[in-house]
Amino acid sequence: MKHLDLFVQAAFVQNLALSFFLGMCMFLAVSKRMGTALGFGLAVLVVQTITVPVNHLIHSYLLREGALAWAGLPDTDLSFLGLVTYIGVIAALVQVLEMVLDRFFPALHAALGIYLPLLTVNCAVLGGSLFMVQRDYDLTESVVFGFASGLGWLIAIMLLAGIRERLRFADPPAGLRGLGLTFLVVGLVSMGFMAFAGLELG
Amino acid sequence: MTTAKRAILLAPLVDRNPITLHVLGICSALAVTKSVTTALVMSVAVTVVLVLSNTLISAIRGFIAHSVRLIVQITIIASLVIVVDQLLQAYAYEESKQLSVFVGLIVTNCIVLGRAESFAMNRPPLESALDGLGNGLGYSLVLIAVGSVRELFGTGSLLGVQVLPLASEGGWYEPMRLMSNAPSAFFLIAALIWGMRSALPDQAEPREADSPTEKAQR
Repeated sequence: MKHLDLFVQAAFVQNLALSFFLGMCMFLAVSKRMGTALGFGLAVLVVQTITVPVNHLIHSYLLREGALAWAGLPDTDLSFLGLVTYIGVIAALVQVLEMVLDRFFPALHAALGIYLPLLTVNCAVLGGSLFMVQRDYDLTESVVFGFASGLGWLIAIMLLAGIRERLRFADPPAGLRGLGLTFLVVGLVSMGFMAFAGLELG
Repeated sequence: MTTAKRAILLAPLVDRNPITLHVLGICSALAVTKSVTTALVMSVAVTVVLVLSNTLISAIRGFIAHSVRLIVQITIIASLVIVVDQLLQAYAYEESKQLSVFVGLIVTNCIVLGRAESFAMNRPPLESALDGLGNGLGYSLVLIAVGSVRELFGTGSLLGVQVLPLASEGGWYEPMRLMSNAPSAFFLIAALIWGMRSALPDQAEPREADSPTEKAQR
């Protein structure tokens, strides 16, 4: 029940894109078409589900204060190296994932291929790992959190892409065209997600 | 300062603002603008990282192999962000708590990597430093503008000082709850972009249905 609650919190109530503004650049850039939005959202979901637990293991067995006790260094605190390690892990995992997809699932690679490198600099992915550290999740919780937050991001970008496809035929004032109108729409979607606030299970 | 250098410094402030024109660094611009104080601290942090990363990357640009340039850039930026983060935790602990993960997220702030990739990789260090400063200040302008509006209308205060007396404390101002929540940041940036693009019509995007790629797809 605790994990179900965490799942709902991470996917809806504290949606990474709509309430923490993470991954906004890509969120706005690739949400023009449903197809590309789905591809990129799936890529985020996969990478997020892998990187959050992996970074959790690295954090608790290598970096955290006292984590190196197994190596005979109980007083070492390497947590200041966190940022550069997490981004390195994310970059490496994205690279490996790309190679694996290319070798074994060429169709999927063709669909996701161009988005994968962009994931390295997506704040949603790094943000997920940083939240995991800040909120002190254990291993199961990080798996749930990684999957749920990726799923929440996927849902958010699909919603926006659906609306933007319809808006193509709208005729807004010149200054509002494109980016401005998109921001207004995201604001409204985010207001809708505020309705989830206070939702708790168990 | 020569005209060319002044142009590098001043252009990103309004005409080529990284946030409103290039849509870079949006995540943090939206997230840290609940109050002016956090917006200010974040602006300083980003500007410092931008200037230093641009200068450093420009200084060693001749030695970076093309195929590994992204990793080199990210590592340099991440190291600079760690330094800034540690300094903030040491000297501005309260603010760094409020900014939470967003200082760390400067690593993935598209402005920093974007300027490194598009400017610092092919210009000398001094110009790159000026470009970094200009873009940092352009980013700060938007952040502080949005932060002021959100704090003033959301809580009736500015920089933590009560400007509008609250109704709950015998004054007349009823705070707008929406301003403290996520959607207001989107609306304010939308309004800002609308305003800027109406004032500078050449920045407006072409109608989507008229653009050449769109016609090719149909």
